[in-house]
Amino acid sequence: MRANTWAGRNKVEVRDVPDPKLLNRRDAIVRITSTAICGSDLHLVDGYVPTMQDGDVMGHEFMGEVVEVGSDVPGDRLRVGDRVVVPFPIACGACGACAAELYSCCENTNPNAGIAEKMFGHPVAGIFGYSHLTGGFAGGQAQYARVPFADVGPLKIESDLTDEQVLFLSDILPTGYMGAEMCDIQPSDVVAVWGAGPVGQFAMDSARVLGAAEVIAIDKEPYRLEMAERAGHTPVNFDEVDVRSRLLELTGGRGPDKCIDAVGLEATHGSAHIAAFDRVKQAVRSESDRPHALRQAILSCRSGGVVSVIGVYGGLVDKFPAGAWMNRALTLRTGQCHVQRYMEPLLRRIEAGEIDPTRIITHTLPLDEAERGFELFKNKQDNCEKVVLKP
Amino acid sequence: MSLGLGVAQLVAPNAVRRISGVDDSPTSRAVVPLVGARELVHAAGLLTSRRKGAWAWTRVMGDAMDLTALGVAISHRAGQRRRRLLGVTGAIVGITAVDLLTAVQATRSTATSGRGGPMELTATTTVRIPAPEVYTFWRDLQNLPTFMAHLEEVRTTGDRTSHWTAGAPFGQNVEWDAEIVDEAAGERIAWRSTGDADVPNAGTVRFVPAPDGVSTEVHVVLTYDIPGGPVGKAVAKYFGEEPHQQLDDDLRRLKQVLETGEVVRSDGAPWGKRARKEFPQRPAQPLSDDELAKGADA
Repeated sequence: MRANTWAGRNKVEVRDVPDPKLLNRRDAIVRITSTAICGSDLHLVDGYVPTMQDGDVMGHEFMGEVVEVGSDVPGDRLRVGDRVVVPFPIACGACGACAAELYSCCENTNPNAGIAEKMFGHPVAGIFGYSHLTGGFAGGQAQYARVPFADVGPLKIESDLTDEQVLFLSDILPTGYMGAEMCDIQPSDVVAVWGAGPVGQFAMDSARVLGAAEVIAIDKEPYRLEMAERAGHTPVNFDEVDVRSRLLELTGGRGPDKCIDAVGLEATHGSAHIAAFDRVKQAVRSESDRPHALRQAILSCRSGGVVSVIGVYGGLVDKFPAGAWMNRALTLRTGQCHVQRYMEPLLRRIEAGEIDPTRIITHTLPLDEAERGFELFKNKQDNCEKVVLKP
Repeated sequence: MSLGLGVAQLVAPNAVRRISGVDDSPTSRAVVPLVGARELVHAAGLLTSRRKGAWAWTRVMGDAMDLTALGVAISHRAGQRRRRLLGVTGAIVGITAVDLLTAVQATRSTATSGRGGPMELTATTTVRIPAPEVYTFWRDLQNLPTFMAHLEEVRTTGDRTSHWTAGAPFGQNVEWDAEIVDEAAGERIAWRSTGDADVPNAGTVRFVPAPDGVSTEVHVVLTYDIPGGPVGKAVAKYFGEEPHQQLDDDLRRLKQVLETGEVVRSDGAPWGKRARKEFPQRPAQPLSDDELAKGADA
């Protein structure tokens, strides 16, 4: 089959690889009809996630049709011919983490847990196409994928919704939603979202759906801010204004009640000095992440507010504003999305027309043009917000 | 410390030269950043390598170079600069002593682990299944090879006796008889090797109900009397450099088998319990038919 693979730093390559086969009895094989390029794929391409290997099949947002199921997948859960969206974290459904609905922390699905444990203290779940640190699972930017624990994760789509309407249930829509849900939004809340990429856009829409009074979008790309503005959110361009001052102005000096970091470890910054400092530290590996967005969110949030972190961080940061966090009674909430928990409720919101996931798609390309898709997305060319690939 | 010194010497060489009193020499302009770069090499080696002992010795060698350079510098300086150099030299002598001690200790601890003698390993995991069920699974000793990487086979030969086969490198199997010496149904099993075992060993596993009322904490203690000679070497090598990690991984697979029904495989780590080391892995892409056939007996 054809698959998009990691071919070294800043290089992806669509190659011929073997077709996937069942390896465990609860596996299924899915013929992929739509897949997407995610912002967190860029961390892999940029070389900030360790343990990538030449030839790793990338991609963790995908959906398609079940073409084969293992002997231990119950027929009432999944059959050949079912149309499914596959969540990016692989979860067993049986361990302590799954019992607590913390699916992205599943204790059983990472065969390389020993490596992840050294990095994170405790291991995290296996993730499709996302380094050997998260299990070494082949990803979904391909014609077919093997899906472990197929009786637990995949969501059956039985209505005639298009791929584009449901594909993002695999990652970015639940991720954005969880970012807003962790904010415990009240009707009077002003919610500021750092990053107007795909996850940020969905965090904004979710904050609105959950009842926020006003939602502020922080980014530097005019086309992303315009996209947020068209959806009814207030834009702030950090290349043009000082973010903290502007936020204070918009909130009567209080600061946003709730702040969502939808940026993560490769943040850019309005101040050239701080950006250069973090960039150098990251380059010599004395700091693995550039936490500008996180610092700014903590410093801007109103006292007693919530800072919700859904941007991906990989390792260690410094100059974390612990004083602001502690002295001003902030709550910090985080997590890779526990996608399985949100898929069904969000499917119902899509069916009810409360959220329109298709509004962020700017490019649809054949799988063979994955390399160009990464170029467009990474360099924000051609007003690229979200790329869907068709195998 | 290498990291801090190295970064300082590279980023602010002039300050370092002034403080140490060698700012009057054009040679120092080149030498200080070079020494800084060398410090970063030590740091990288110490932070990333498993062979800390060897990298600690590189620091000792670096210290010797520094002291030589300082000696040369002192003989050419007078007054304030000489006093500063003497201060720096004193500090380097102190650092050298610490480095020497570290290197000797790191080397010694590597040496003893390869030479034989008793080795005790402990590990623990929590399985979301009631204690009597975990006990029943373990008490059928023939189940142990489904999750323990070293074991090829355990054959029960009586109510309390069994015969164990562990694979060793280069096809040399290690075999022994064992007996259960103590047990409390649902709570504890203790066993030890009997007769003339190549590698005398003993183990205890306790099954303790977890506070959640559902799960079981599994606590394992294993002791091996690793002999000297070629067998001992082979066994020690077989356990690898991190036997604790291997036992941890065994218990992770126990949890997988009990909670999910089998050992979880990925495309990059497809061989289940045969994966004795997590690295190197194969690329995370589907296996070819040939690769799949090779691993079919895993």
